[in-house]
Formats: sequence, structure tokens, C-alpha cells
Amino acid sequence: MKLEYTEGQQAFRAEVRVWLAAHMPAQSLDSFDTREGFEQHRAWERTLSTAGFSAVTWPKVLGGRGCDLIEWLIFEEEYWRADAPLRVNQNGVFLLAPTLMEYGSEEQKQRFLPRMARADDIWAQGWSEPGAGSDMAAIRCKAVRDGDDYVINGQKIWSTRAVFADWLFGLFRTDPASERHRGLSFILLPLKLPGIEVRPIRQLDGLPGFAEIFFDDVRVPVANRMGEEGAGWQVAMSTAGFERGLMLRSPARFQRTAQKLVELYKRHQAEADADPSIRDAVVKSWMGAEAYALATYRIASRLAAGGKIGAEASMNKIYWSELDLLMHETALRILGARAELLPTAPDAGDVNGWLDGFLFAQAGPIYAGTNEIQRNIIAERMLGMPRA
Amino acid sequence: MKFTFEPEQFAFRDAVRRFLVVEAVPEVLRAFWETQSGRSPEMRAKVTDQGLTALSVPEAFGGMGLNDLDWILILQELGYHGIPESLSDSAYLGVDILRNLPDGVALKKEWLERIAAGKARIAVGHPVNPFVADAAIADLLLLWHDDEVHATTPDAVKLTLQPSLDQSRRLYRVEWQPSAATRVCDAATGAPIWRDACDRAALSVASQLRGLAKRMLDLGVDYSAQRKQFGRPVGSFQALKHHLANVAVAVEFAGPVIHRAAYSMAHGHPQRAAHVSHARVVAGEAAWLAARNSMQAHGAMGYTWETDLQMFMKHAWALDSAWGTRAFHKSRVTAAVLADGMALGPGATFI
Repeated sequence: MKLEYTEGQQAFRAEVRVWLAAHMPAQSLDSFDTREGFEQHRAWERTLSTAGFSAVTWPKVLGGRGCDLIEWLIFEEEYWRADAPLRVNQNGVFLLAPTLMEYGSEEQKQRFLPRMARADDIWAQGWSEPGAGSDMAAIRCKAVRDGDDYVINGQKIWSTRAVFADWLFGLFRTDPASERHRGLSFILLPLKLPGIEVRPIRQLDGLPGFAEIFFDDVRVPVANRMGEEGAGWQVAMSTAGFERGLMLRSPARFQRTAQKLVELYKRHQAEADADPSIRDAVVKSWMGAEAYALATYRIASRLAAGGKIGAEASMNKIYWSELDLLMHETALRILGARAELLPTAPDAGDVNGWLDGFLFAQAGPIYAGTNEIQRNIIAERMLGMPRA
Repeated sequence: MKFTFEPEQFAFRDAVRRFLVVEAVPEVLRAFWETQSGRSPEMRAKVTDQGLTALSVPEAFGGMGLNDLDWILILQELGYHGIPESLSDSAYLGVDILRNLPDGVALKKEWLERIAAGKARIAVGHPVNPFVADAAIADLLLLWHDDEVHATTPDAVKLTLQPSLDQSRRLYRVEWQPSAATRVCDAATGAPIWRDACDRAALSVASQLRGLAKRMLDLGVDYSAQRKQFGRPVGSFQALKHHLANVAVAVEFAGPVIHRAAYSMAHGHPQRAAHVSHARVVAGEAAWLAARNSMQAHGAMGYTWETDLQMFMKHAWALDSAWGTRAFHKSRVTAAVLADGMALGPGATFI
């Protein structure tokens, strides 16, 4: 065990810090759930990509920086420390790309990854359907083979970023006679194809952060399938799953929130101390963010040593989503009567950002597999408890 | 940056685990409850054969010269197997105080060598605990007095037994008179020794509590797989799965916090006290959650004397106030987090 950074790691941190200071947008960007904000964020991703920073763990030839996971953690720490913009292409870079690296053909990698790194293509995901949420194996959206194409009919829902995104990845039923996990294929498709209708869904903050997608005889080349036909479930659930579990939410994000919460508490300590449980929650928040960072460094070190993780990703998901709720709830309790004020309110003061974060934190225990599903996975796959 | 243990550290842990699986079965430990001392010379001899009493004794005094990182995995195993804390008190804590005494102190060589050879039990008294564990059968008592270190023997002090809920514990009120004869070192020398010793003791408790939590989790999982109701194992019901999954999450995330605290102790990190207290808080929470939820998984059987769960629950409830209550430790974390100039936020973890 050695809990000090190497000189190379320190130099990388310094490089990222200097670069971010020089390139950060002068003004904070609009929400990427607006048309203007989406394009502002795309431009930022392009700027990042000029230094290989839009996908630091990818090989350089594909547009990344060839970083290992410790360097990724360092990058994320500097990124969140700088309050840099949210990552509009995170579905692509952090969720799809690891799977593409493992299951994509060489042609597919060359075709999709460099464009993804430059944000030429911004990706949305298409997993859930009206009848397939937590029970994802109930997917019914059909992709029927017709010559060199699949013809897609059906519906997806809760598709994050789909309103403004360029491409979609998801699971489709390529064997109409199949049931459950069999007969599904992992398909990538442009969202501008004829026969696709994207209907925005307004989320809790009023913005169209996700969408329903309707497919009416949409033709997609078979070359857009990743992995074998019918092997989509395995591709989606593959070992790349641990990278998703690891990389979707880096600890730096929560450490930044915890730090701001401590500062907020200190500014309002006189009023907040009327309820000692607030102070307790502030300290618990810091401990939680610190523990999550330590746990992630440990996983990164274990992977570097050739280790594997699986269901730990489910533990991470529960941990950060509940931590995020705790932190934002605590912030709102500290802000009291001003907590409800929107940033546009003249007397909003230092409430800025907490309300947005609070609303988004509500979704944490639901998206990316509800925490109930994660607990089932922990109980059955890690603890070996019997299936129902 | 490498946050993993070395293969040999895991190998040693595994060897100790194999030993404890055979030698420290619950029936054996229950038999010790019935004895006056609660301790077994035969068991101590076997533990000595495993090298546990010599682990952190410097090589110059007949030990292996290992540090907190080597201990930390072992301590979790001791917790998991419900080994009374007297081993840690002698071989980790007692050794720590003795080895940090100036070389001129006569007592140092003699007792370190005896501990390494498995021929001495040490009990340690500090005001953070109202009582001294295993004082009656200690060969040497190391006692705090105004930051000085004092050494004496049980026959020179007045001991009053305080029966505990935990049948493995032997707690005593110790009344004694400090004197020039008992004083081993002055307060200037003793203050840093006591500071680190108390932190090591708390770290030991944290790792034992995590081991206890893991054991209670395993017992709950086992029981819920065997017990059938409504025609199926109760462990197949989602409510029980989620109870135990919550314990698994708490146990999992306590690990790196404890291991970082051990690293900080081994390397004299300026924030080591806060790191230890963080570890102590999360380990205590994990252990109490494990007790509650495993009890629930056991149903009425969990409330019986017969079921082994009680051994680990009671040990966890008791240990959670040893070497600083959770309140004490949380207050230390709070003070550190709220201190002016404390490095918080992304990138501050390993400063």
C-alpha cells in the first residue's frame, strides 16, 4: 500500500489544473436540457477533446489520453474542483464506450469512438420501455431482420438526453419468438432516421431531460449491431458493467458537494445549530464522500493489479445516490425559507445550485437501476441469498 | 498511489483465518465464559505459535517488527471469530506503548521480549475508558496518570469486577496510587505515546467491529437460507434481502476507511486521529446495523441464548464504547471537518 501520488501523477494533476484554468468557459453554461445549452456543452466537449480530456481513459489513437484509473480519478478531482460544466456526452463516453471497447468490431470502434470523443455525436440511451423498467428483460421493441437491415418498431421511454442527442444505443428484440433475456441485440442508431419520433418528457425541473421514442418501420443497417445477434443482454450486462458502475459517478462530484455543504453550514451555523441533527448530517456527508473516494481508489488499485469487480457496482450505486440525497436535503434544511427560491429570484443569495441538485438527487435512487434492484443484486450475487 | 494490501499480508491473514476457523469455534469460546479469568493459557500458546504476539514487537526484541497495516487485517479476523480483545490489548496496544518508550527504560526490553514469546499479558488503563479490561490476569498494568506512563501489577492495586453483558469481557475498576516507583516516563514523553496508543486502540476496535459485522451478516445469510416459511427460504423474501444488503453496503464502505486510518497510523499522518475516528464511527454503525438486521433475519431464534449470534452482537454492543464512544469519535471528526484551513473537497483525500 502506498497512499501518495507519484511525481508523474502530481504532474498530471498540475497539467489538468492549469489547462482547466486557461480553458474554462467565461460564463456558466445554460442547462444542457435546452437547445442552446446543449450546443454550448457540445462546444465545451470539443474544447476538452483538443487536449484528450473528453475521454481521458481511452487510447490516444481514439481521441483519449491513455490514462489509467488513478489518473482518471485525478482528472475528475481537478474537473470538479474547477466547477467545470456537466458532461453532456456522459452516456456515450462513460456508458457506451467501455462496452464498445470490449464488444465492438474494429470498424465500429474507429467509426464511433473518435467522433464521440470530439462530441460530433452525442449519445442517448434506449433501455427502458413502458412495460420494461426495473424488469428490463421484458423489452418488446422489435428489430426484425430484413436483408442487410433491421426494421425497428416499438417504443422506448425515459431516454436521457434523447431530445437533442444525435445517436441512440440500446437493446432491441431481434428474435420475435424469444422471451426474457434471450433474443435481444445491442443496436446503435442515429436519432434522425425516418420513422423515429422523439417526444420530450418534462422532468421535475420543467426541462425536457428525457424523452419517449417511437419507432415506425425504422431501418437500421445490421452493421450497427454490436456483438452477436441475440447476445445483447450479455453485452449490456458484461464485465464492462463494472466500469459503468465505477465511472458514471466519480467520487470527486460528491466530495465537491460535501465541501460546499460544509461551507454553507459554516456560513449559516448560528441558525442551523438550532437543530443539532443538521450538523450531524453535514459531518456524515463529509464522511460519506470521503469513504466513497477511498472505496473508489481501492477499486481502481485492485483493477490495476488485475482484479475484477462485479456486484460492487451495485453497492456504489446505492451509496452515492443516498449520499447525494442526504447532502442536498441537508443543504435545503440549512437554507430554510430561501431554499425554494429559483436562481432568478432577486433575493436568492447563496441558494444557487442547491435546488437543482436537490431535484436531480431525487432521481439518483431510481435511474441506472433502482436501488431496490441493486439490493436484490447484492443479496443474490454477493451474499448468495436464494432467488424468489 | 496503490490502495491495496500486499499478497503476503493477505497470505498471513488467510493463515490466521484458517487457524481461527478450527481453534476458535463458538463452543470453545463459550467454554471460556464459564472460567473466572475468561481467558485460556492454551489458546494464548496457540496464538503465540501463530506469531500473533510477536507481530509488532521490534525485531531487536524478538518480534517481527510489523506495523499497523499488517495488524489491521488480523484484527478484523479476531473480531470475526469473536476473540476477546485481550490479545489486541497485549500484542498491539501494550507493545505500542512499550516500544515507544525511550530505550533507557529498563522495563521496555524485558516486557517486549516476554510479550513476543507469549509469556505476558498486558492490560492498559486510560481515562477514555472508565474500566480496565482483563486487569486481574495481567502480568503488567500500564496506566495513565497526567500523561505519564506508569507500570504496576494487579496485586498492587485495588480491583473491582464489573460484570458485563458480554460474557467474554472482564472489566475492572482500578484504584491505585501513582508513585515515583510506578512512573515509567514523564508527561512530556508520555503524552505523544498515549495519543497514538489511544488511536491505535480505537483503530483496533474499529477493525474488530467490522469483523463482527461481517460475521453477523454471514450468520444472518446462513440462517435465512435454512429457515423456511410459506414453503420457501425466508432469505428469498425481498424484505430480508434488503436488510442484509444494507449491512453488506455498510461493511463494504467501512473497509477502505479503516485501512486508510491504519496507513495513516503507520506513517504518522498529521490527520491520523481524525482518520481513526472516522473509521471508528463507520465501523460502530456497521456493527450495530449488522446486529439489528441479523437479529431480524433470525426471528425469535436471534433472541435466544443458544444461537451464536448473541456472542457477536453482545461483543459489538460492548466494544462500540471501548476506547472512546462513538460520540467521542464523531466529535473528533466534526472538529477536524469544521476546522479552519482543513483541506476538504476533491483532491484532498490523500493530502
